[in-house]
Amino acid sequence: MKHLLSAADLSRDEAVAILDMAEQMAATQAREIKKLPTLRGLTVVNLFFEDSTRTRISFETAAKRLSADVINFSPKGSSVSKGESLKDTVLTLGAMHADGIVVRHSASGAPYQIAHSTWTDASVINAGDGTHQHPTQSLLDAMTIRRHLKGGAAAEAPAGADRLTERAAALAGQDLSGLDVMIVGDVLHSRVARSGVDLFTTLGARVTLVAPATLLPVEVDKWPADVFYDLDRALAEQPPDALMMLRVQRERMSGQGGGFFPSPQEYSREYGLDARRLAALAPHAIVMHPGPMNRGLEITSEAADGPRSVIVEQVANGVAVRMAVLYLTLTGAKE
Amino acid sequence: MDYLIKGATLPSGERADIGVAGGVFATVGRAAAGSTGNAQVVDADGLIALPGLVDPHTHLREPGREDSETVRSGSRAAAAGGYTCVHAMANTYPVADTAGVVEQVWRLGRDAGYVEVRPVGAVSVGLEGRHLAELAAMARSAAQVRVFSDDGMCVWDPVLMRRALEYVKGIDAVVAQHAQEPRLTEGAQMHEGLVSSQVGLTGWPAVAEESIIARDVLLAEHVGSRLHVCHVSTAGAVEIIRWAKARGIAVTAEVTPHHLLLTDEQARTYDPVYKVNPPLRAAEDVEAVRAALADGAIDVVGTDHAPHPREAKDCEWQAAAFGMTGLETALPIVHQLMVETGRMGWADVAQAMSHRPARIGRVGGQGRPIAVGESANLTLFDPSARWRVVPEQLETASGNTPVAGRELHGRTVATFYAGRPTVLDGKVV
Repeated sequence: MKHLLSAADLSRDEAVAILDMAEQMAATQAREIKKLPTLRGLTVVNLFFEDSTRTRISFETAAKRLSADVINFSPKGSSVSKGESLKDTVLTLGAMHADGIVVRHSASGAPYQIAHSTWTDASVINAGDGTHQHPTQSLLDAMTIRRHLKGGAAAEAPAGADRLTERAAALAGQDLSGLDVMIVGDVLHSRVARSGVDLFTTLGARVTLVAPATLLPVEVDKWPADVFYDLDRALAEQPPDALMMLRVQRERMSGQGGGFFPSPQEYSREYGLDARRLAALAPHAIVMHPGPMNRGLEITSEAADGPRSVIVEQVANGVAVRMAVLYLTLTGAKE
Repeated sequence: MDYLIKGATLPSGERADIGVAGGVFATVGRAAAGSTGNAQVVDADGLIALPGLVDPHTHLREPGREDSETVRSGSRAAAAGGYTCVHAMANTYPVADTAGVVEQVWRLGRDAGYVEVRPVGAVSVGLEGRHLAELAAMARSAAQVRVFSDDGMCVWDPVLMRRALEYVKGIDAVVAQHAQEPRLTEGAQMHEGLVSSQVGLTGWPAVAEESIIARDVLLAEHVGSRLHVCHVSTAGAVEIIRWAKARGIAVTAEVTPHHLLLTDEQARTYDPVYKVNPPLRAAEDVEAVRAALADGAIDVVGTDHAPHPREAKDCEWQAAAFGMTGLETALPIVHQLMVETGRMGWADVAQAMSHRPARIGRVGGQGRPIAVGESANLTLFDPSARWRVVPEQLETASGNTPVAGRELHGRTVATFYAGRPTVLDGKVV
């Protein structure tokens, strides 16, 4: 695997292999010395045209745990905002002999363009592009779902390197078949939702999308997912094993922002995860959120901090998944 | 006699020798041996002779954006593609909204001498959609403007559109509308559909085109004016135009070669060369515009030749300029899609690419039959030629052709403009 640009590019076996590798990486992280020598001598550039401290820190941690040299580069502008052109920025990195470029960009397709250009030979990892894809987010989500819902007794392992290795072995080779994953919120503008639909269905899960029609793309009916406008009905008819709440931006309700919904209050009533809806979930169901959360809008604190919530674990799994992806892309490219 | 074109196949299918003298067709038919004097002989065996092509929709970029095209380079590209007349759109810098600017463009065209350059005047001052530009002054200028368009921008205000449609009746002109509802297309990047939903680019819905066309045909009917619809791209738009024509509304419609050829699937490459306005549509839209061109519901092919410098396309899709070039590839594409498939004959091509566009633009001396006494505007096309498009080898100053690397069927071998060859042996002279 030279690049990771879209979750849609992954076959079932490739995706399972990444998840297996991520579990192995996670097991190493319980050791006293977390650093592995795997990528020593290689240079990873975090090229973030769009601010995202969380994702950047996650990639930076992952690369450093694998002993890569990490350079963080956050250009102040891009060609979208009349700054330096994408091409010139990437040519500059190429001149510095980057082996891997982790790209975050507000423009859909920018990582794809870099990977398919003659500007650089580096491996390109998409860390979120516009409203297109965020493949490592969907991989960490799948890892979290698999661990909780497919691991059986081994999944409940507490810390301890031996137990974690056991857990990795118990999960190895498994996909998400038979599971119901529900994604609620602003699907239209969400790269998390797009990557999730692609990856979870590839892994055999059934995906249900819930949103007001204004926040769903046209022709969403051709996506491999079920669609509901009514959250309570969806929860009753297709009770999820994993419930993922998407961040909704308050500014989307204003006329300027597109007028996608009337008010935060109405959104919260119709699509928020509150105590009543939380209580309606199956006992084994987990609650997820890609962060950052709007507490009180799409999710209440009760749901976000409750026993079903795996939101903090998602963050931890992010590092393991990104270690696996960096390892597979950067060493694969050298083979 | 200046030139004798031997053995050409006319649009009717008849073979003929065509003599050119003094800028007009002197003979059409079997030339008597020995009567040719010292005419230069052009062997046209196997070549199709079409009346010189007339493009209703070209962006020559001059004045203001000479980095992407000039009247001269665009004229050469037009000649290379078999054109003898182009309509130069008004979205230049400064905008062609005064007699001064349209006369400048017209003079640049005349001085270049490759094709007849007919400037299109802006409908509104500065293309801003607020006040009517001085349409009569442009019509009465040396440029004799007969087509007005804010192309690139839609004449969105229904009152302004109504006034424009009414006002041009007095100068026998036509309003050519770029149909795009602006509110429905804010930030739009590509056709709104399955592909846009997957690649995450903001959608440009078909309804934004169709709602404006529906309004405009009703306005044209109400005030009794003629209307020309630029670059029709959707199946729904075709239906509205069919309905309007059946009702007797004086509407004409245009389709571009790229909307005949390509679909929104191209956006999956994120290559901004495929970013165009209106956007490449879905496969069913492509089929609808092909069918409409074949049966005449769409009257004309217009290239919407839109050159851009490399940096305008060498960037993120979202930051890239809209538009693609087309003058040098239009006729091969129409040949391949419409003639080779049996959907149109050469007489139909002559209608769609020469006769009708000349009539819509009220261009005398262009789009006329290949007949004795007519101005000698002629294209010789070799349908058996095969060539691969290499952007650097084209005459246009810009490289943003959507068919780079593709093999096209057929090539312009010679073009005569007012009796003078502008292209011979496939080379601009």
